[in-house]
Amino acid sequence: MAEESPQILTGAQALVESLERVGVEVIFGIPGGSILPAYDPLYDSKIRHILVRHEQGAGHAAEGYAQVTGKVGVCMATSGPGATNLVTAIGDAYMDSVPMVAITGQVASRAIGTDAFQEADIRGITFPITKHSFLITDPTEIPHAIVAAFHLASTGRPGPVLVDIAKDALATAAPFTWPTELDLPGYHPITKPHGKQIREAARLIAEAQRPVIYLGGGVNRARAWDQVTELVRLTGIPVVTTLMARGAFPDSHELNLGMPGMHGTVAAVGALQRSDLLITLGARFDDRVTGKLDSFAPDAKVIHADIDPAEISKNRVADVPIVGDLAEVMVELNQVLADTDLPTYAEWVHQVTEWKRRYPTGDTEPVSDGLLSPEYVIKRIGEIAGPEATFVAGVGQHQMWSAHLLPHERPTKFLNSGGAGTMGYCVPAAMGAKVGRPEDVVWGIDGDGCFQMTNQELVTCALEGIPIKIAVINNRSLGMVRQWQTLFYGERYSNTNLKTHLVPDFPKLAEAMGAVGLRAENLEEVDQVINQAMAINDRPVVVEFVVHKDAMVWPMVAAGTSNDEIKIARGLAPQWEEEEL
Amino acid sequence: MNKHTLSVLVENKPGVLARISGLFARRGYNIESLAVGPTEEPDLSRITVQVAVDSQLVLEQIVKQLNKLIEVIKIVELEDGASVGRELMLIKVKADPATRSQIIEIVQLFRGKTVDVHNDSMTIEATGSPDKLEALLEMLKPYGVRELVQSGLVALGRGGRSLADRAKIDKTRPAARLAN
Repeated sequence: MAEESPQILTGAQALVESLERVGVEVIFGIPGGSILPAYDPLYDSKIRHILVRHEQGAGHAAEGYAQVTGKVGVCMATSGPGATNLVTAIGDAYMDSVPMVAITGQVASRAIGTDAFQEADIRGITFPITKHSFLITDPTEIPHAIVAAFHLASTGRPGPVLVDIAKDALATAAPFTWPTELDLPGYHPITKPHGKQIREAARLIAEAQRPVIYLGGGVNRARAWDQVTELVRLTGIPVVTTLMARGAFPDSHELNLGMPGMHGTVAAVGALQRSDLLITLGARFDDRVTGKLDSFAPDAKVIHADIDPAEISKNRVADVPIVGDLAEVMVELNQVLADTDLPTYAEWVHQVTEWKRRYPTGDTEPVSDGLLSPEYVIKRIGEIAGPEATFVAGVGQHQMWSAHLLPHERPTKFLNSGGAGTMGYCVPAAMGAKVGRPEDVVWGIDGDGCFQMTNQELVTCALEGIPIKIAVINNRSLGMVRQWQTLFYGERYSNTNLKTHLVPDFPKLAEAMGAVGLRAENLEEVDQVINQAMAINDRPVVVEFVVHKDAMVWPMVAAGTSNDEIKIARGLAPQWEEEEL
Repeated sequence: MNKHTLSVLVENKPGVLARISGLFARRGYNIESLAVGPTEEPDLSRITVQVAVDSQLVLEQIVKQLNKLIEVIKIVELEDGASVGRELMLIKVKADPATRSQIIEIVQLFRGKTVDVHNDSMTIEATGSPDKLEALLEMLKPYGVRELVQSGLVALGRGGRSLADRAKIDKTRPAARLAN
């Protein structure tokens, strides 16, 4: 049989054809000189291109889209500054293991290395913050690079992959051949766990007296929520949910002790510290969780399951290492546990749930010194929008309050920048989340500092019909930094006063960008503006909440100290228990 | 600090060395020596890297982090007894008619070669284990070492199997499947 001769396509056409074939629905990007050839076939493509106002916004939007859909998010930019503007978002995706493909134009291949106009070695710049990257100078390599990039971004431990394509490779015509297999001889992610380790884990669980399930963001990447629910049903072991796992197991479950770490709940921090067995699932013993590492959970043995072998025993040595896809790990673990005699852990459960009852978070007055309390505002947004809404936080105090006080009942309904802590994540990520999940109400909870970094994407939202709602929790300052200045720098408020009582006028700024601008300054107005925002579905809405600036995030473990030093308010330690287990 | 020798089989593609050296730099691992070169297979290169670590856990982390690089195909640790390792050294040493014959005698003792001679210097080529080269250098120092260059360690495991053979066994694992 005569083989059909391959189609001749330009590199740009091959790129768009490849993106269509791997199932891309939407690209967030901005054109420019080097990527320009790609935008011509994109004009006729069924792929939706959303023209953002800054490449960082394109990157975070791709992250938001990826985190709610579980698909690979795609962003596109030109060479040089276009590409370097993506760097923060690529770094963010790397830290939080978000599947993302970033496509950048590069100067023509013969100009590479000559410091040509808008040249930057974006592949070199992003080596440490990408899972992998390609520099394409030959148009015939484009289909394989795209297929490989999507495969790498979405399998194993997900992460960002960069495809940098020289302008002449985009412009040159060449035969288009669709790859039938991938040439990645060094890439073999292990998904199936070792049976012996699973049995060993079950044995430790059966022997433990004070076990805790330490659930991390990996559970979302593996979509292993049902298996977690089953694990808790089988064992009755208490659960802590890290910042990246909030909502992966419902907060309303009595065994969910909330978030651990620097701003964790007393119950979650206390349970980890006193545990004799950590069942670590897709978490990585981040310093914000462990505090001073050598005093973290000192009596605990560690079961550590992760798809990335390098996470195991990186920070804390694992007694039972399990490499594998979390869903497969837990299916097998649950099977073994179903046939194992387990203790009830009753005394332990009683103790940790007692801490949970005694030390709830966000138990503050709605108004203090005549100004709204930020905790109250965030809580009300959560109560009115409900657990079906998707929430996206910025970074800082409002992020911590969002982590504690929003209704975290369902997975992938709470997005934030956990590992990188990227201020400016909220608005563009909310945009991406709304594109990925148009049926959801999407609320961004942002600070006045964060909002001023990336709010221009509201223009994109207004023009593209992406009706997100952004709450600006305005305390006139870089609140988290200010909190540290209060506690550790003798109340010397160096450069944390943003003076937002002078400018900008947030509702007016919102109106100027095509959004509805609202403001609440007193208790009555809180519900009123939230309800007003809930009723608007044809435009983005920005609601400014003027809150007092002295609110602090509690509980808190000061940086570099042991989690045993947790405080529930300034100078106030929790009363653990008369009768320790 | 203990020295370990890793033999790393990588795809022969531009940027691989930058990825590996960047990984060592960013994670704060110490490279003692590094040698890169082609292998018996044209699409593969071998990097021999000596690292100094203070615990087995750090060594494990290095291997795991290297394995995460997509272009790294196989890593083995070459242990002293089970491998052969060599370095190459070129030494330009001061030599006048009075000392020349003494130097030649030392060089012969170490099975080195004289590769260049001038009226006041000579250049010695020597290969061998790091210990042997160190000893040679000590012997030559009193004459005055003018210039010295040394390669990184290159090493191979003893026995009949190759690293590429072991990597091929890995290749029989299910190939990555395409979505459509």
